[in-house]
Amino acid sequence: MIAEAMLDQRELPAVASARLAQLVDRARPCVVQVRSGWRGAGAGIIWGTDGHILTNYHVIAASQRGAATQVLLADGRTFAAQVVDHNSALDLALLQIAAQDLPVLPIGDSTRLRVGELVFAIGHPWGQTNIVTSGIVSGLGAIALRDARHQTPYIQSDVRLAPGNSGGPLLNVAGEVVGINAMIAGGDLSVAIPIHVALERWNIIRK
Amino acid sequence: MDATYSDPQLLSMLSNQMADAVERIGSALVMVNGRQRQAASGIVYAPDLVLTADHVLEREDNLTIQTHDERVLAAQFVGRDPSTDLAVLRVNDLELTPAAAASDPARVGQLILVVGRPSSSGPMASLGIVSAVGGPLRMRRGLLLEQYIRTDAIPYPGFSGGPLIDGRGAVLGILTTGLISGATLAIPTPIAWRIARTLAQQGFIKRGFLGVSSQPVHLPETQRAGRAQEQGLLIIRVEPGSPAEAGGVFIGDILVTLDGQPVTDTDDLQPLLMNERVGKTVPVEVIRGGGLHTLHVTVGQR
Repeated sequence: MIAEAMLDQRELPAVASARLAQLVDRARPCVVQVRSGWRGAGAGIIWGTDGHILTNYHVIAASQRGAATQVLLADGRTFAAQVVDHNSALDLALLQIAAQDLPVLPIGDSTRLRVGELVFAIGHPWGQTNIVTSGIVSGLGAIALRDARHQTPYIQSDVRLAPGNSGGPLLNVAGEVVGINAMIAGGDLSVAIPIHVALERWNIIRK
Repeated sequence: MDATYSDPQLLSMLSNQMADAVERIGSALVMVNGRQRQAASGIVYAPDLVLTADHVLEREDNLTIQTHDERVLAAQFVGRDPSTDLAVLRVNDLELTPAAAASDPARVGQLILVVGRPSSSGPMASLGIVSAVGGPLRMRRGLLLEQYIRTDAIPYPGFSGGPLIDGRGAVLGILTTGLISGATLAIPTPIAWRIARTLAQQGFIKRGFLGVSSQPVHLPETQRAGRAQEQGLLIIRVEPGSPAEAGGVFIGDILVTLDGQPVTDTDDLQPLLMNERVGKTVPVEVIRGGGLHTLHVTVGQR
């Protein structure tokens, strides 16, 4: 616990804001833009220092019809990307770019999320880059996959998302990735795929 | 000082406490099945009573609730008040601790959560602030809501009847999206609890009426009939067959008191016509032709 004497209670909004700004600064280099076909850009998360990028399948769906996929790093570099693996039912894809020593985000435990906890998103809504929005975990549930035999867990949040946030990270207050922002339901309910779903599939690749 | 600014635990503490608040209210938060589509929410406010929204009850029988521990229980309809969008259900064997009412009233800018249980997959919440605390608010049938809380938190489908809570998980108000479209309002807990008590006792809220339309007018000093009151209500319509007509109220009368209470604005009238005055004959003072007249009107009910 924090020594209470150290905390001036009147400064709490400033303290919380400063901490959030620090987390955003740390996370931003690990968030990329992903372009595939003519459908505008999505976001992605650097998944391995060796050039693996995690994003939504729907962001790179055009690549399955032959379109070129590009990844733009926060430092301004652009790379051609190969789709290493994908799962359209889970809406996840793993890309590879020819880059080394990339910064990666710490991974949080998305199986232990609680309704009401603070989360924030980084993405490129409507093509504006590195936009940060915040809110809370609104709900935790499971939806049936398209094959109707399996269910997958998902995170609902009141964090404002728009097209261009897809594939970007949902982070907790420790600055850890807990989800991949995937879609918006009913105009104001954001849906993210818990990071443990991606981990179960691609943990081996993550270094 | 700089050391505290970078303390990573502060944001975590805030985050944890908000999740704690959701957890705390969660055990008193129930799902209410009373309509065809989307289930709604309700709050346990007494050991065997659930408070919910009126507009989510499309029927008064075959009602059920689902608790946080996934028990589905039959709920008996007790009473409803469409004017404040509140309804009360009785649930035997509920055995849940009632939600705590917030000790302090809502403040504009205060961080709050709106919470609901729209499905059996656990509670849902969204974060926001108190945008306004206002009132009285004019609603259908000329009724007034004496006070309301407005928030910018998102009310997801099925949140009606759920609570707006503070950072400790105590109830500041009951959510409604049924009163004014497009605005997320909550009925402040003291009002909601009071109405719930009355509903539990008698099943409805008595609201009286006179059967007049009126507008406030300024009374020049020479036309106050020797009284000090600077404003009154000019009667511009008297409904045929209404209590006002029976009591001898005319168009052009300026109403100044009802049962001894000064009336200076149209908003003053309705609160005076609640509960105990309904059905009673009360003195009504009007200025007519420059003089003060006392009429006797029996307050009607509708």
